[in-house]
Amino acid sequence: MNLILTLASRNLFHDRVRLIATVVGIVFSIVLVTVQLGVFLSFERMVTTMIDHAQADFWIVPAETKSFEESSLLAGRERLQALSVDGVTAAIPVVVGYASWRKPNGGASTPVLVVGAPTTAPGLQPWNVVEGSPDDLSMPDGVAIDRSYFEQLGIAQIRGRAEINNQKARVVAVTNGIRSFTTTPHVFASIERARAYLGVPPNRANYYIVRIAPNANAAVVRSRLAAGLSDAEVLTSDEFRHRTRVFWLFDTGAGAALLGSAILGIIVGTIIVAQTLYSSTKDHLKEFATLRAIGSSCRYILKVILAQALISAVVGFAIAAAIDLALVRMTSDAALPIVMTPELTVGLFGLTVVMCAIAAISAIRVVTRIDPVLVFAQ
Amino acid sequence: MKNIMIEATEIAMTLGEGAARVEALKGINLSLAGGELTLLMGPSGSGKTTLLSVLGCMLSPTSGTVQIRGRSTTGLNAEQLAEVRRDNVGFVFQSYHLFPTLTAAENVRLSLDVRGERSSRARVKAETALATVGLSHKANAFPRALSGGEQQRVAVARAIVGDASVILADEPTAALDSENGHAVMTVLAEIAKDAARAMFIVTHDPRIMPFADRILRIEDGRIVNDQRRGANLSAVRTLKYAS
Repeated sequence: MNLILTLASRNLFHDRVRLIATVVGIVFSIVLVTVQLGVFLSFERMVTTMIDHAQADFWIVPAETKSFEESSLLAGRERLQALSVDGVTAAIPVVVGYASWRKPNGGASTPVLVVGAPTTAPGLQPWNVVEGSPDDLSMPDGVAIDRSYFEQLGIAQIRGRAEINNQKARVVAVTNGIRSFTTTPHVFASIERARAYLGVPPNRANYYIVRIAPNANAAVVRSRLAAGLSDAEVLTSDEFRHRTRVFWLFDTGAGAALLGSAILGIIVGTIIVAQTLYSSTKDHLKEFATLRAIGSSCRYILKVILAQALISAVVGFAIAAAIDLALVRMTSDAALPIVMTPELTVGLFGLTVVMCAIAAISAIRVVTRIDPVLVFAQ
Repeated sequence: MKNIMIEATEIAMTLGEGAARVEALKGINLSLAGGELTLLMGPSGSGKTTLLSVLGCMLSPTSGTVQIRGRSTTGLNAEQLAEVRRDNVGFVFQSYHLFPTLTAAENVRLSLDVRGERSSRARVKAETALATVGLSHKANAFPRALSGGEQQRVAVARAIVGDASVILADEPTAALDSENGHAVMTVLAEIAKDAARAMFIVTHDPRIMPFADRILRIEDGRIVNDQRRGANLSAVRTLKYAS
C-alpha cells in the first residue's frame, strides 16, 4: 500500500477516541442530511401524486392556480371550448375540495380532500385498488379511501359508512398507499358525488383533463386551446407538477425548512470533522515537520491530510448509509416516508467527501505553514 | 583531492527582532568533504543547531551562501529547499523522530516515498539500509518495540537510504546510554567512510570525539577551532567511549 495511505490510515486508527469523534460527526451530519433530503424527495413526489396518476395530455386550470389542492372553479364553458379544438378527444372534469368527514360512530369531524372525476372516463381514477373497484364509485354514495386512513376516518372495513359535509358516504373501494403529504386523507368519488359534497354546481369543475388524438400536434393543440380561454391556463403535466412543487416546497416554506435543516447538518458535520482533523494534525505536528525536514513537498503532506479526511469520509458514510437504510425501511409505511434513491446515495457520498475535504482546510493551513526547524525543538 | 559535498561561505544569521535580535552565526566559512566525519562542538547557544539548520537548508542565512554539491541554495523558496534536502541531505535527530504508526522498514521507506520512489526496488533499498545498521531482523517492528539505540539506528537507515551526499546529525547520542551511543556512533563512523558522503555531527558528547576525522568548535556564532585527524587530533583520539 502507498505510504501516504498507510500513514493517513494509521494516524487515524491510532487515536481511536478521536476517530470515533470524527466518524460520529460525519454520521450525525449525513444521517441528518439524508433524513431531510429524503423527506424532501418524498414530499416532492407526494405533492404531485394526483397529477402523476392522471392520464392527461394537458390540464385546463384556473388562472394563477398554485397547486392541485388549491384552486378555484373554472367558469364551465372551457369543456366545450376545448372539445371544439381539432385534435382534442376528451375534456374530463375534475373537482377538488376540502370537506368535513364525520365518523359513523360520532366523535369529532376530520377534514378530507375530496377528489371527483367521471367513473366512465380514464381521467383521474383511484389506483392501487385492493378491495372493490374504481367502477364501484358509480354506486350511490360510493367513495374510495386508502386503508391506511381507516382508523383516522373511523372505518373498520369496506362498506363502512360515514358523512361528508352532512351527506351520506359509503366506502365501496379501498386503495393501498395513496397517502396525503398532509394529515388530510384523500377521498375519491364520482364527479357527481364530489360536486354534491363540495357544493359545486353541475357543469363546473376545478380542472379539465384534456386528451388529444395520438396523431395530433400537441404544440398546435395547446396554442389553440389557450387562445380560446380566458381566466384559465393550459398546462402540461410537467408544468402543473412544477407549479405544485414550487408552491408546496417553497411558497409555503416547508421545502426551505427541510433544505435549511440539511444545510445545517452539513455545517455542523463539517465543523466537527474540521475540529477533529485540526486537533489531530496539531498532535502530529512534529511528524509533519519531520516529513518536511526529510524533504517532502507540501503536496505530499497535503495528500496525507486529505487521505485522512477521505478515509474518515468513507468510514463515516458507510455507517451513515447503513443507518439511512434502516430509517428508510422503518418509515416505508409512514405518512411521509424517507426516500433514498441511487442518485441521492451517490450525491450524499460526494457530499461527504467534499465536506471532509473542506473540513481538512484548517489542518492544511497548519501544515503548509509548518517550519521544519521544529524537529530540533525538544 | 577531496570531494567537497557542502560549502558554506561567509554565513551570517540573525534571529529575532528589536531587543530580542541575536546574531547566531557570524561569518562562518566551512567545507565538508566526502568520506569525512566532522564534529561540531560548542556550548549551548553558541549557534550549533542554527548552523546545522542552515547547512541542512532548513533555514536560509541572512547573508552568505551555501552550496551543496556545487549547487547554490541562495534565493531558493521553501519548496525548492525541500527538494534540495530530499535529494542531498539525510538527517538524524536527537529524538529520532520516527513515525510511531509505521514499522522500522516503513519509516526508512518514507524517505524514498517522499521522492516518489515506490517500486519494489524501494523496498529492497530500505531492507539494505536496515541491514547496514544491523536491524534487518527488526524491519517489521514498530518504534515502541525498539530500544532507543535501535530507534536511532532506524533513523540513521532513513537518512542513508536515499544515498544522501550529506548526513547531518543533531546530538545523535544524547538520548542514549553508553552502549547504545557507542553502537550508533560505530554505525555512523562506518557510513562516514563512504567517499561519496560527508557526515556532520553536532554534539556535546566528548565520547564521540574518537570517531571524528575533524572537530570544529563554535563559540558565539564563530568557528574558533578546526582540528583534523593527525597530530592535532591525536590527543582527543585517546579518549575512549565509555562502555
